[in-house]
Amino acid sequence: MKRGEGTAKWIFTAAAWTSIGAVILICVFLFASGFPAIGKIGVVEFLTGKIWKPGNELYGILPMIIGSLYITAGAMVFGIPIGIFTAVFLAYYCPKKIYPFLKRAVDLLAGIPSVVYGFFGLVVLVPWIRSIGRGLGLGGNGSSILTASLLLAIMILPTIIGVTESSLRAVPVQYYEGALALGATHERSIFRVVLPAAKSGVVTGVVLGIGRAVGETMAVVMVAGNQARMPAGLFKGVRTLTANIVIEMGYAADIHREALIATGVVLFILILILNIVVALLKRKERS
Amino acid sequence: MRYSSNLKQKLQLYKRRPGSFIVMILVIGSALTTFLVLFFLVLYILSKGLPYITPSLFSLRYTSENVSVIPALINTVIMTFLSLLIAIPLGIGAAIFLAEYARRGNRFIYVIGLTTETLSGIPSIIYGLFGMIFFVTTCGWGYSLLAGACTLAIMILPLILRTTEEALKSVSDTYREGSFGLGAGKLRTIFRIVLPSAVPGILAGIILAVGRIVGETAALIYTAGTVAQIPKSVLESGRTLSVHMYNLANEGLHMDQAYATAVVLLVLVLGINTLSAAVAKKMTKGQR
Repeated sequence: MKRGEGTAKWIFTAAAWTSIGAVILICVFLFASGFPAIGKIGVVEFLTGKIWKPGNELYGILPMIIGSLYITAGAMVFGIPIGIFTAVFLAYYCPKKIYPFLKRAVDLLAGIPSVVYGFFGLVVLVPWIRSIGRGLGLGGNGSSILTASLLLAIMILPTIIGVTESSLRAVPVQYYEGALALGATHERSIFRVVLPAAKSGVVTGVVLGIGRAVGETMAVVMVAGNQARMPAGLFKGVRTLTANIVIEMGYAADIHREALIATGVVLFILILILNIVVALLKRKERS
Repeated sequence: MRYSSNLKQKLQLYKRRPGSFIVMILVIGSALTTFLVLFFLVLYILSKGLPYITPSLFSLRYTSENVSVIPALINTVIMTFLSLLIAIPLGIGAAIFLAEYARRGNRFIYVIGLTTETLSGIPSIIYGLFGMIFFVTTCGWGYSLLAGACTLAIMILPLILRTTEEALKSVSDTYREGSFGLGAGKLRTIFRIVLPSAVPGILAGIILAVGRIVGETAALIYTAGTVAQIPKSVLESGRTLSVHMYNLANEGLHMDQAYATAVVLLVLVLGINTLSAAVAKKMTKGQR
C-alpha cells in the first residue's frame, strides 16, 4: 500500500465527521445561549405567558407558539389537498407531452426564494385579503393569519407534490390494474387502492411540509402582521416564532436577546421532533 | 397507465359514477390551481418589474437614489464562491468516505445519515441564530461575509453530501474493478475513474446548492449583515441580493425598484434551475 492511501482515508473520515460536528456545535451553542434565559424567566412563564413586552421584562411566547401553529394549520388546510391532488394528476392524469414542463414548473416553485414569495404576498395577497375582510365586515388590514396561511400553502406545495408523486409511482402498477379489472373507475382505483398503498410516503411528504411551514421566516414576516398578541381572528395579524427572532434581534440586548435565542431553541426542538417523526416514518416505509 | 376509451364511453361511465366525476374535477382543478398560481406569480412580477430595469439600477455604487443591485449582486457572487469553497471539499470528502470506504451497515454511517437528515431539516433562521452566536460573537468575526459564508456552508453541506454520495454509488462497480485490475490503488481509482464519471451528478447538486445560497435571507441578516456596499474584505458586512430585496420591500420606499430586483432574482433562479435540469439530463444520457 502506498503512503498516501492512509492519509487520504484519514482526510475523508474527517470530512465525514463534519456533519456530526456541525449538529453537535449547533445544539451546544443554541442550548447554552438559550437555556439560561429560560431559567431566569421561568419555564412556565416563558412557555405559557401570554404577554411579550420586552420593555416591561415580560417574556411570554405563547402567542408566538399559537401563531406558528395557526398559520401552519392553515397552510395545511389549503396545501395538503391541493398538493396531493396535483401529485395524483402528475402521476395518473397528465398527458406525457406536457409532463416534463409541469415537472420543471414544480421544481421552479421549489426554487423561488422565500423573499420573492413574501414580496408577492405583500403586493398581491395582502390587498386582496384586505378587501375581502372589509367586504365581509371583519376588518383587518390584510396582513393576517389567512394571508400567511395561503402564502405558505403555495410554498409547501412542491414538497408535498414531490414526495407524494414519487411514492405513488413506487406502488406496483398491478394494484391499479387489478382495481380496474374489478370494475372500479379510474378515480376509485387511484383513491381507494393506490393512494392507501402509498400512505406512508404521503404522510412523510406532509410532515416535511409542516417542517417547512413552521420554519419559514421571511415570507411570513412580510405578510402576517407580526403583532405579538394572542390570535384575534382569521383576518387579524399574528406573530410566529420565526418572525419574533428576525424582527427583534436587530436591536435586542442582554436578557431580551437571550429570550429571542430561547425562542429559537423552542422552534429548534419543535423541528427536531418533526425530524424524528420523518425518520420513524421512513423506517416504517422500508420495513 | 392511462385508461383508454373514447370520450363518449367515458362520459357515460361518469354519469353512472358521479362520485368519480367529482374527484376527477377536483384533481384537474387542483393541478390547474398549482400551475396557474406559479404562472401568475412569475408573470405578475415580470410585468411589474421589467419597466424599471434601467441602466441606473446597475450602477457600480449603491445610493438611495439609484437603488443599484450591483453591489448586492457582487456580494452574492462572493458569498456563493466562499460557501462553496468550504462546503464542496467537506461534502465531497464525506461522500467519498460513505460511498467508497465505509462498510455497509456500519454504525458510524447510520449516525452520519441521521445528522445529515437533521441538518437538512433545520430551518434557515436557526442557522442564522447559530451563525450569529458562533461565528459572529464567539469567533469574533462580527457581521461579515466570512461569517455568512460559513453559516451557509453548513446549510448546504447535506445537499452536496447526498447528491455526491448518490452520484458515486451510481458509478458501476465494474469501473472500480477494472481500475484495480490494472494495478491502480484505491486513491487513484477514486480520483481518476470514479469521480470523473460522477461529475454530472455532483455538478447538479452543486448548482442546486447555488440556488439555495442565492435565495437565502434569514440565515444571512444576522451573520453577514445588511450593508449595501461591496466590502473591502471578507471580514466586513455586505448584503446579498435576497437580503437587499427584503430590505427594499420592508422599507417600502422604493417599491418600483423592489419589483425590478425581484425580476433580477427570479431570472437568476430560473437560470440556475434550467442549468441544473440540463446537467441532470446530461447525466441520464451518459448512463445510457
